[in-house]
Amino acid sequence: MTEPVINTSPRTWDEVKTTTCYMCACRCGIKVYLKDGTVKYIEGNRDHPVNKGVICGKGASGIKQHYSPARLSKPLMRVGERGSGEFREVEWEEALRTATLWLSEIRNKDPRKLAFFTGRDQSQGLTGWWATQFGTPNYAAHGGFCSVNMAAAGLYTFGGSFWEFGEPDWKHTKYFLLFGVAEDHASNPIKTGLGKLKARGAKFISINPVKTGYSAIADEWVGLKPGTDGLFVGALIHELLAAQKIDGEYLQRYTNAPWLVIENPGGDDDGLFLRETSGAAQVWDSHTNSPMSANSSDASPKLMGRFALPDGRKVVTSFTLIAERFLSNDYAPDTVAERCAISANTVRRIAAEIAEAAFEQQIELDVPWTDYTGRRHEKMIGRPVSMHAMRGISAHANGFQTCRILHILQIILGTIDVPGGFRYKPPFPKPIPPPIRPAGKLGQVRPNTPMPGPPLGFVVSPNDLLVDEDGKPLRIDKAYSWDAPLAAHGLMHMVINNAAKGDPYTIDLLFMYMANMSWNSAMNVPDTLKALTAKRDDGEYVIPRIIYSDAYDSEMVHYADLILPDTTYLERWDCISMLDRPISEADGPADSIRQPVVEPDRDVRAFQSVLLDLGARLGLPGMTRPDGTARYPGGYPDYIVNHERAPGLGPLAGFRGKDGKSKGRGAVNPDQLKAYIDNGCHWFYELPDHMKYYRHVNWDYLDWSTFMGFMGKPEPIIHQLYCEPLQKFRLAAQGHGKILPPEGHARRISTYFDPVPFWYPPFEGDMVSNTEFPMHAITQRPMAMYHSWGAQNAWLRQILGRNWLYMNKDRAVSLGIAEGDWVTVTSHHGQIKSQVKLMSGVNADTVWTWNAIGKRSGTWGLSADAPEAKKGFLLNHLISDLLPEREGGYRFSNSDPVTGQAAWYDLKVRVEKAVDQSAESQPQFPVLRKLRGRK
Amino acid sequence: MTSLPTPQPNQKKLGLVIDLDTCVGCQACVTSCKEWNTQGYSAPLNDSDSYGADPSGVWLNRVHGYEVKEEGRDDTRVVHFPRSCLHCETPACVTVCPTGASYKRAEDGIVLVNPDTCIGCKLCSWACPYGAREYDYSHGVMKKCTLCVDRIYNTNLEPEDRAPACVKACPTGARHFGDLGDPESDVSQLVKARDGFELLPEMNYKPVNKYLPPRKRRDAVTSAAIALPKGDGSAMDRLFSWADKFLSGKPAGTIASLQDMSDKLEG
Repeated sequence: MTEPVINTSPRTWDEVKTTTCYMCACRCGIKVYLKDGTVKYIEGNRDHPVNKGVICGKGASGIKQHYSPARLSKPLMRVGERGSGEFREVEWEEALRTATLWLSEIRNKDPRKLAFFTGRDQSQGLTGWWATQFGTPNYAAHGGFCSVNMAAAGLYTFGGSFWEFGEPDWKHTKYFLLFGVAEDHASNPIKTGLGKLKARGAKFISINPVKTGYSAIADEWVGLKPGTDGLFVGALIHELLAAQKIDGEYLQRYTNAPWLVIENPGGDDDGLFLRETSGAAQVWDSHTNSPMSANSSDASPKLMGRFALPDGRKVVTSFTLIAERFLSNDYAPDTVAERCAISANTVRRIAAEIAEAAFEQQIELDVPWTDYTGRRHEKMIGRPVSMHAMRGISAHANGFQTCRILHILQIILGTIDVPGGFRYKPPFPKPIPPPIRPAGKLGQVRPNTPMPGPPLGFVVSPNDLLVDEDGKPLRIDKAYSWDAPLAAHGLMHMVINNAAKGDPYTIDLLFMYMANMSWNSAMNVPDTLKALTAKRDDGEYVIPRIIYSDAYDSEMVHYADLILPDTTYLERWDCISMLDRPISEADGPADSIRQPVVEPDRDVRAFQSVLLDLGARLGLPGMTRPDGTARYPGGYPDYIVNHERAPGLGPLAGFRGKDGKSKGRGAVNPDQLKAYIDNGCHWFYELPDHMKYYRHVNWDYLDWSTFMGFMGKPEPIIHQLYCEPLQKFRLAAQGHGKILPPEGHARRISTYFDPVPFWYPPFEGDMVSNTEFPMHAITQRPMAMYHSWGAQNAWLRQILGRNWLYMNKDRAVSLGIAEGDWVTVTSHHGQIKSQVKLMSGVNADTVWTWNAIGKRSGTWGLSADAPEAKKGFLLNHLISDLLPEREGGYRFSNSDPVTGQAAWYDLKVRVEKAVDQSAESQPQFPVLRKLRGRK
Repeated sequence: MTSLPTPQPNQKKLGLVIDLDTCVGCQACVTSCKEWNTQGYSAPLNDSDSYGADPSGVWLNRVHGYEVKEEGRDDTRVVHFPRSCLHCETPACVTVCPTGASYKRAEDGIVLVNPDTCIGCKLCSWACPYGAREYDYSHGVMKKCTLCVDRIYNTNLEPEDRAPACVKACPTGARHFGDLGDPESDVSQLVKARDGFELLPEMNYKPVNKYLPPRKRRDAVTSAAIALPKGDGSAMDRLFSWADKFLSGKPAGTIASLQDMSDKLEG
């Protein structure tokens, strides 16, 4: 029989366009194959710095995301009650006029009455600026319920951070510890990195209560109890300090280890650095036996010791305080073992392995470089131990201090931005903390006036807080108040419930963008729904107006009064900007664009262009020309090219200047977008070798970084083991200074604002009965799904169309629970019913499920009986937005006390076999009806 | 019944080598396969009830996760196991085919189904012990992995892109494609170096695709109990005396000044 002749060179496309993925925050480069204007195939872009050609399960399913039946198709105005699904279609002109009217009333009167929160926004450079121009301090994106405590911990400690601000040196690292990374965050770069590590024989340890995904391929799985990472890492530090396996030169030169801290209990200078009148910190010079400027070339500073000043005050080096904390018995392996559920021997062995990798396997790259003092180094010395962390650290109320402990470990080993260690991604490192203070103080919010600065920033003392004379919050989410002083990304998770309670005040308009705040992004969903629909005595909603923009029929859409339908990611312009969350690589800065590869077939508009349109209609100064016309009539692409934040600095760093040849700083280039498209929709500048490491103290890098506008002046970024800003809050709690915490806050501030990091139990676990609620309950992100967008995807929902509650096999047996049983899961706040699967690879005191798979019936273009709704479930219903009452009756938010980061994983529950074994998850909410005009 | 081509000297045997040590179960290969092949040789790979209560569809590659007990250990390992046609050297799925629709290419050993002559009798899927074939109910024909025969030779693609979609997609680099008939090829060398194995060798269908076993773990079970030496007396005292070694380590304190970098950055 002869073989059939087949065409092995079919051309199933007529065009290939590059753009940037939007299935998650990795923002990989993609190539989209098109035939007759229809998307046929999406693959990774080989030339792209982020993904280098690979793509993930989500990215390769983008076709189904783009052609989803859940896409909105026309602006909608609510005509029935909120949640009824009764809307009428309106033209864009009516929608924009209505929005302008609502917004201008507020801006004329009190801009604070607008709460503008933008969720999983990848255009915060624009949206934050828009809020500033409007004049409201009530702006943030989703960072407050994502990882702000980790971002803040890093930025207040070493001028960088985990997540997308840095990455392990995949090429050189020999020992890698991954903390609480639940299958994504970052998606492709971590997967690619792990593949490389394993091929090289580097050791990979995963610290995570659940052994799936990345943990499944680790050399060693450390299945600790949720929320105890800080104790575990503290014990590693204990072991390393006790054996002096630490990098003394690194500590001496590049950290504040030798800086002197004043010990003057009761005094207003207690715990502050001893400083010269110039402000420079001081060290103890061993030659003169006296304090000397830390900048002095003559000093021979003591790394450890306590000394008396001539005026009788005592001073101590930062490093001494760190050593005293972690050498104490509180952090001895034997002390932490039971609490962490890790044997003391394992802690000791891992510490010894880390020491061996760092100091016996030192890397030396033959790359001369010059440090900030002008000293030339012939080699770049590397300590090949690296770490990465994500939500397992951040989703706990102790996440800020835990993350600080992690950074202390990195720093004492001398592993930050050295070969084999953890590397910054430009524009990081930045000064500690970045020199931007949040605007929104009394007097800074005025009718028809932009704020004098951005709404988000970094406070360094109580003087920077956004509080009134009584110490009450000035922001709707209580960010930068005594509730959450270092809230660098705001507290989006508190907005709706605060506004409904009028605490700290009511608002007139809630304006949100792509944040599913009535469902999987909300703590306490049932009460959030009540808050969205609560009415005043006069029949008006307590939150009178809600405008929402989304591309899809999500749970949140149904609670809006005006819906502005967004495009899909393949229909839009975007810039992944250095002013926002860049896609840089450790080897150099990078940014990218999205270009529309297909035209919308619906009456939808990209939210960013709509925002600029609204800005022009409102007459916001930055968006209007002197003659009153729009400054960016071409919408978002016009802004991307022509907007300048400072002379020569705009949203995109590549292809600037009249000739398109300038990098970083340069005049506006009208052909910039074309240049990006010609380059595959991205720009990457690889740094020369002598600027690839030690960048916090690297003379050439700091100069270059300043030229690029990443920092104001080329000064070294000295790692802050001891975090002085925290002590300033503590002093206020002790009654020093003019801005003091209100009653009931002082003890909390005194305790948690310790400038020397420490571990404390997550709040919920500490406040509820361990007998009543013995289990931890957490979520993991499935690699093929991300947030709520995946469930509408015809391919991905075949892979994961519902979730289960996963439980330790032995523990289940002891509770009389078998595989497939339906169980009730009860917290101090609520109860759900879900179905169980058993496994061995999970910490025995922990149950877990996949995040955001559960859907509300009737949404996302799915049939009402979809498994996502009928068998899927959320843990969110069990998680209170507020902690149980403490002394005085005040209920703090269920958040990290330093930053306000939502403490999702502090949840404690009990699991019991359900009496009702019917195959349906609980609670079930009323079915939402299909929206008008949905495609 | 369908006959197999006679193997030639140096017979080319194209196939995949899949590394179970680094597969994290991310499904990138699964959906990349689906999106290419639903418009490629096997097009379309239909879905049914896409947005309903019981969505299902045809896939040429699936990944399942299993928790398995390892020999000599008390704990388990989670293994992600990608599953697709193994392009056997003596595949029963071909020899059982009554019409010749199922066939093995003489040129490179790829096993294909000719949709024009497939009568949808499903004998092949019954014969395959690996469960690698999926029946397309909407078209009444059998579908299976084609090794992206319409990519690997496709002159409309750049040479670097001429690889199966699953291999190109894999973020951890767990999937490799090449000629397993050539002992010197990268894939053959990889199989040799990592003790690659075939599935169900006892069935004697001689799968071309190979799997690489998970590497040995280095953890509490396999590593010796070690600890850092502590020395005598108080740890603080020892740290104090250690710290004095770095007394002269402080660098000079002049701070670099801003330089004009524009000349270094232009062009």
